[in-house]
Parts: sequence; C-alpha cells; structure tokens
Amino acid sequence: MRIAVCIKQVPDTADVKINPETNTLIREGVASITNPFDEYALEEALLLREKHGGEVHVVSMGPPQAVEVLKSALAVGADKVHLVSDRAFAGADTLATAYALARTIEHIGGADLILCGKQAIDGDTAQVGPGIATRLGIPQLTYVSKVAELDPEKKTIRVERMLEHGREIVESSLPALLTVVKDINKPRPPSLMGIKRAARTEIPVLTAGDIGADENRIGLKGSPTWVSKIFTPEARSRGGEMLKGDPREAVSTLVDRLMDTKFVK
Amino acid sequence: MAELKIDVESCTGCEACIPTCPFGALSMKDGIAEVDDACTFCGACVDVCPVGAIVLEKEEKAASADMSAYKDVWAFIEHEEGRVSAVSFELLGEGRKLADDLGCRLCGMLFADAGAAPEYAAEAVAHGAEVVYVMESPLLIQYRTDPYARAAVELIRKYKPEIVLFGATVQGRDFAGAVATTLDAGLTADCTGLSIDPETKFLKQTRPAFGGNIMATILDYPQYRPQMATVRPKVFALPPRDPSRTGEIITETLQMTEEEVRTRIVEFIKGEETVNLPDAEIIVSGGRAMGSAENFAVLKELADVLKAAVGASRAAVDAGWIPYKHQVGQTGRTVRPKIYVACGISGSVQHQAGMKTSDVIIAVNKDPDAPIFQIATYGIVGDLFEVVPLLTRELKKHLNR
Repeated sequence: MRIAVCIKQVPDTADVKINPETNTLIREGVASITNPFDEYALEEALLLREKHGGEVHVVSMGPPQAVEVLKSALAVGADKVHLVSDRAFAGADTLATAYALARTIEHIGGADLILCGKQAIDGDTAQVGPGIATRLGIPQLTYVSKVAELDPEKKTIRVERMLEHGREIVESSLPALLTVVKDINKPRPPSLMGIKRAARTEIPVLTAGDIGADENRIGLKGSPTWVSKIFTPEARSRGGEMLKGDPREAVSTLVDRLMDTKFVK
Repeated sequence: MAELKIDVESCTGCEACIPTCPFGALSMKDGIAEVDDACTFCGACVDVCPVGAIVLEKEEKAASADMSAYKDVWAFIEHEEGRVSAVSFELLGEGRKLADDLGCRLCGMLFADAGAAPEYAAEAVAHGAEVVYVMESPLLIQYRTDPYARAAVELIRKYKPEIVLFGATVQGRDFAGAVATTLDAGLTADCTGLSIDPETKFLKQTRPAFGGNIMATILDYPQYRPQMATVRPKVFALPPRDPSRTGEIITETLQMTEEEVRTRIVEFIKGEETVNLPDAEIIVSGGRAMGSAENFAVLKELADVLKAAVGASRAAVDAGWIPYKHQVGQTGRTVRPKIYVACGISGSVQHQAGMKTSDVIIAVNKDPDAPIFQIATYGIVGDLFEVVPLLTRELKKHLNR
C-alpha cells in the first residue's frame, strides 16, 4: 500500500485579530500550523499503514517555510515528505493547486490511496481534494468519517461519509482519494524519535520543472479565478443588549424579546 | 504572470504594508519590504503604501475562445430522499436577479430518473426557472459523484451557460469541484454574495475566508466560462412558489452504465435527531460549561420547546459529551439559524466562524467578559443551569406546550 497525504500550512486563525483602525488582519505573531483537517488525514494514513503495511508519503505545496508542516509530519511517523515550492505557483486558485498536487503525486510514483482534509481552514473551499481526484482520474470519497474496510488485494475500500441528514456507507475501487472530517480519529502526538528524525532529515524542494508541470496550468496563469477585493465583514450592528436583573427578570425580558422576533412559533 | 513589485529605491521601510496583507506575504528585509510566494496578487497592500512603492502588474490574459456563446444563468436543482432541497429554490431566487441584470434566462439543471424528473422540474419552474435542462437516467436517482459530474459536464458543454450555481451542500461541494476541473472552469466556494458588475457584466462572487474574518470578492477571467459558484444555504431568501408558472423542459439521456460508476452506495443511515443542525431555524448550543453528557438534557428540553436542534462547541465535543455531528464552528458545521442560543460557550473565533451570521444570537454565560457577548443580540450573565430551565419553563407557558 502506498498512501499519499496532502497537507497545507495555514495560519492558526485562533490568533487572527482585526486592527480596528485599518480594518485589516493583524498577521504579526500569528503562528502557522498544519491545517487541522489534514492532521486527521495523516493520522488515518498512519493507522492504515499500521494495519496493511506500506508507505506514507506526505506532500505539501507552499512557500519554503511550509517545510515546517512536513517536519511535523515526519515527527508523527510519515515515511517520506515532499515540499513543492516555486514562485511559479504563486497566485494559484483551487484549479491550479489541484493540478500541481496531482502532478506531484504522479511525480513521486502515484498512490493506491490519497488522503486530504475535508478543507483548509484559511480558504475553506473543499475544492482541492475533488480537483486532484478528477485530474488523476480516480474516484473521490468526501466527508469521510470512518474507513470501515480496506482490501489492498482486491483493491476496494468501504467508508462512512458524514452527510447533512445521516451517514452513507459507500464502496469504491482503489486507487481513490478520500477527504476526511474531524471525527475519523484522534491524531497522535509526535514521538521523541520522530522529532529527532525530522530534525536531521533534509527535505528536498520540488520545483514546477521537477514535477513536469505545464507552466500554463500553474500559478496565476493556470487559475480561472482571481481575488479582486478583500475586506472586513461588517461588524454586527444590532447593538447587543445585556439583560439585567436577577435570572427570573432577565429570562422574562428575553422571552418578551423572543416572542417579538416571530421566529418562535 | 502577474507580479507584485516593490521599488527598493522609494520604499521607506515604514512597514505600513505589512499588516494589510491577508496572506502574510510581506515582511521586512534589510529595512525594505519584501514579498514572498504566499502573495495572491490581491493588491490590498498597494493602496496603503504612502510613497507608492508597491506596484501590481497584471498581464492581461488573451481571450483564446469566443465566450459570447455562453448564455443564461443555471441553478443546480438538488434533491434528496425524494424532495427538492430548499437551497435549490434559494439559488433560483438569487439567480433571477443575476439573469435580470444580464438580460438572459434563468434555468434549472436537474438530474433524475424519468419517474421523478417531471415533479422536480415542475417545482423548479414554480420557483422561477424559465427552462429546466433535465438529464435522465436511473443512475441519477440517488446522488453519486460519477454520474452527477458526468451529467453536469455533458449539459454544460452542450448548452453553454454563462453562470452555474450549486448549493454549497455536501452534494454541491462534492461534485462541483470535479465538474470545474473537467471543464477547466473557475469555481468559487461557499459564496454569501453574488452580483453582476454593471460595466463588465462579470459575476462578482463574495465569500468569507479565514474563518469569516475577511471577505473576498472573486472574479473569473473572461476566457474561462462558465463562471461557477457554490452558494451557502440559508443566505438567500426563498422566492415565492407559483404553481401556475410554465417553463420549457429540455430532456437528455445520460449515456452511462452502472459499470462505469466507480462507487456503490451500500447503505444510508438516517440521523436519529428530530431536528437537524443544517436545517434548523433555531439552535440551542452548549459549551465547556455543560460539564457532562448528562447535562445536555437541560439543553434538549429547551430545544424541544423551541423545536430546535442541539449544537455544541468544540470543547464539548472534544470532551466526548456529544457527537461531532453536533459541532458548530470552524472544524464543525457552519450554521445560520434564525435564533442561536449559546449556553456556556465563551465564543472563540473558531466557534463564531460557524454561527455569527445567525439572525438573533442569545448568550448565557457566567463570565461577563466572554467574547460571545460581543456578538450577542441578547446576553444574560448567569449560570446556565439556572437560566436555561427558567427559560424553558417561561417559553412553555407562553407557547402553551
């Protein structure tokens, strides 16, 4: 079994604050982390490797400092990590990003199973996983909350997907791409041995040329969409009301307010 | 290639640009600003530079194909368990405005079997579709990525819409990405605002990013069509239903066999909740202060009176008091109910990202400084185990339940 996991370095949005004067995000001192959903994808890959054997390859596309998330992946037990970094990728939207990641996975020799987080917490698009699957011509299983069965011999997988109104059990042929939700497992902490290994591992950087990318399909040039404007959402202007008095009084006022909304029927 | 150029001669090293970058792509090096690969060429930094040292150069892409063949606004008509989903009607309501601004037709795109298609198509027409493009096949009774993606690609290639809208539901977000990739078209995720630029007639797609901390308006380059977007449910109003409306139905048959579909649905297990989080008009959520799984009974009683769904913060889910499917927030679900009652939830940025667009927010918390009060419409400082049962009792009286 060869498992590839795609991970992304994102700002830890817990720390993101808005400067009220300039109405912009304060980025200074904001830590970078591995996209939380990708940590579940990596953990699932490690669990499947423990059960079925094989190798876990982790791929990340981003600026040179994204090497940090790959070091973290090594620290929890990934076999090999690959950083794809090139100025030529800058400005990539989801279509161009999915193309570059699909090319990278082909470059490293393909995979029987590709795991991604359901979405990244900075862009929140959930589009790159399906994009990679389509580029590679393999089936996709999104919002996976459980891998119920995997048969590397027969090349089949059975998963549980989390939908709006329940759960769906689906079977697919392999190779396939899965995007996973948080519920699927509990990511392990890094091991001391892993941290040491990560520290002494040189992580090579793959360029657009290395992965054989068509320059018209990457970066801004390969992106159908572009960001024309960025702004801060309007603050809630309703002017919150703190309901005073003892709990009984406060609740009584609240019930009056609620009945006024007509939303309570 | 676009390029963000910083003129090293005129840059004074004032650092005014650094905090404006939403992507953290600017830094100081040797006293002047420097840009790295994280730059998306959004231009946010250009205007703030007091000396005009930052220049954004965008190469105009040459139009490679005739895009005038792409006409009309399409809305994907989604159905589940034998019913058209409400989000499809919201798309038709908003799509109507776009079609009027463009002076084109509003159409539905529907995939179903021959048995169900007429009923679903009639619903689309009743909610404003002038034309419904129907792809028929028994493979389309229940949603699966392969046949749905194939159906969309074939209809879009043949009839060339200018705009295609999908609900940002599990279905829409699952297959729209596959469709856009096959078509090499743009796709903007989870939009909360759509409009037509009066001059260029291009679709302006506005969406939250960074957990709702910023909004971005996205455009498609003119040589990529259709312009496609998934649209967040419950953001746009439902248009009135008028069953007397008439519309044209254009039916195609999907040329695909079961053997070509790479996945098989073994079973669908319906959730046991009476009210589902994504559908709920009212949500009652509990956080860290709930203290135990048993204590959620207090919230369930209130939820029952309000016909509400029960939600939870990440803290309560991680503590194992309530399953993940109830989690509201950045790593859970994004909800937009009419009323959101946050009980014992401090209101982290991540939790707010999942609920702050609710119409009315009620916060109950012991800590008067909890961030949740900053976005609450009504706040009560107090112990939720005292306040919530009182609220349940009072509401029962008012509602005669």
